[in-house]
Amino acid sequence: MAESTVRRTSGPRRGGRAGATWPIHVLLVVAVVFMVVPFVWQLLTVFKTTAEVTRVPPTILPADFSLHSFETFFSTVPFWSMFAVSAGSLVLRVAGQIVVAALAGYAFARIPFPGSRVLFGLFIVMLMVPSQLFLIGQFQLIRDLQLLDTLPALAIPGLFSAFGTFLMRQAFLTMPGDYEEAARLDGANTFQVFWYVMLPMARPMLAALAVLTGLYSWNDLLWPLIVSPSGENRPLPVGLAGLQGQFGTDYPTLMAGALVCSIPLVIVFLVLQRQFFAGIASSGLKG
Amino acid sequence: MTNVATKPVRRPVGRRTGVSKPSGWWGLAFIAPATIGLVALYVWPFLSTLLKSFQDVPAFGPATFVGLENYTTLIGDGDFWKAFQNSALYTLIILLGIPLAVVLAALIEQVGRGRAIYRVLFFLPVVTLPVAIGMVWRFIYNGDFGLLNYVLSWFGIDGQFWVADPRFTIYAFGVVGIWMGLGINLIILGAGLQAIPKALYEASSLDGAGRVRQFFHITVPLLSPSIFFVTILSVIAALQMFDLLFIMLRGVNNTALTDSKTIVYLFYEKAFVQFDQGYGAAIAIVLLMVIMIATALQFRLQRSWVFYG
Repeated sequence: MAESTVRRTSGPRRGGRAGATWPIHVLLVVAVVFMVVPFVWQLLTVFKTTAEVTRVPPTILPADFSLHSFETFFSTVPFWSMFAVSAGSLVLRVAGQIVVAALAGYAFARIPFPGSRVLFGLFIVMLMVPSQLFLIGQFQLIRDLQLLDTLPALAIPGLFSAFGTFLMRQAFLTMPGDYEEAARLDGANTFQVFWYVMLPMARPMLAALAVLTGLYSWNDLLWPLIVSPSGENRPLPVGLAGLQGQFGTDYPTLMAGALVCSIPLVIVFLVLQRQFFAGIASSGLKG
Repeated sequence: MTNVATKPVRRPVGRRTGVSKPSGWWGLAFIAPATIGLVALYVWPFLSTLLKSFQDVPAFGPATFVGLENYTTLIGDGDFWKAFQNSALYTLIILLGIPLAVVLAALIEQVGRGRAIYRVLFFLPVVTLPVAIGMVWRFIYNGDFGLLNYVLSWFGIDGQFWVADPRFTIYAFGVVGIWMGLGINLIILGAGLQAIPKALYEASSLDGAGRVRQFFHITVPLLSPSIFFVTILSVIAALQMFDLLFIMLRGVNNTALTDSKTIVYLFYEKAFVQFDQGYGAAIAIVLLMVIMIATALQFRLQRSWVFYG
């Protein structure tokens, strides 16, 4: 980024402000320690035995790095099928929402049609209603469609998002109209203009929306809890919550489960940091 | 808006070459999927929740209209008031995380190299499963062999059952909530900080202002719109807290669970465990009103502290 190109060479001259940065680092490192200690403690616990964990005072480092906790976790929990459910519903939800929201956002931003403003107002109203207000009706619909305990049930409400529509509308509003006109002069129809010209230009916002949607989908607990009553096709958060009930005091196994289920998204985050930050920042642009 | 004036100039060219503006039909076609989804999965469910809040809805069989009975029951329901209190307390604790986030965001902004690493580290809890976070903190808070009590023992402080003892539960959740939300707040505030002109800092340091003065006289006022936004988001999210409670109080002794429910937890329990959807719907409507009032109140209060330059 830009700041890395600005070398600190002018440091001494600027005196007051740019002066010593070490006190800042000290404060930040203290804060980081608080942020990271729970994860470190989790990691250390994973390799301990149950006896080590329940000792008072607790042992800091495991005596020998036992992998027993992972064995217990993978032998009692159908991790891969839960992972497939989590990943499958995420892909479905992200892909679906992006297409639906981009189409609608483009229409709201670029195509005048009767009732556009009223309809957009409706989207905005729904944006402000907390999600719990929809759960009873959404559950009823999923049940009536006989979709309980299925993968589509997890993804369907998330395909449609007032927030996504709003975000995409903002993206298309800021684009210059010249490209559209040029494409239309070449004989492209509205869909072609959208698909080949405008959508590619919206790529950064699409990526941000995809990442945010993926984050919500992966982390969500309440909705999967409601639509997976029998326990089939459970995503990771529901399965992990079940583990807590099953292995109440086997902390190494619990910590191993928490670690294994969290790792996939953490890796995705480390790869796509920029998109995550852009997504969060853009959701913070306008309320 | 203002750019209307520039538009008409172009039109004649388009008409001459036969380029048509997209017709309204295209608009309707583009909007159709989103609108069908919105109506089926948001507008209709919302209306049905509203309707059910005036009905007695048995798990099986037809619903009957009962007027305001669900709401009057709610007002007399000690469980509801306890949940309301817990949600309010949790939200107030979460608000304490905002000054912390402002200070940290300002500190990170001052760092040249290494800024990216700090951001990533503060963001880690955001991308970790909330259920996993609940499990880890529950272990840390454990009264017998948790890390927190061990650390406190170094300072001669007596350990407590932070989760199982209802006197502490909400506070313990609040700390985790602040910890979890910090990453998001830092990103939003960081974007706000970028927009503050650097010249202001340079000018004021020529005048001899130190970092602390600059923080209170430049950073905080100019960042106040972002701070306001973060506050709004945090309050809305805090009032909807569910995951932490669900995971941290699983199988804990019953007094902690009955005393520490939040509004959304109570809603979940009534609507989807006991399947009393009429009563659950009434709780959801009250949640909506609480969030609306809290948000309106903040918009009122912002006039006295948010600075739009």
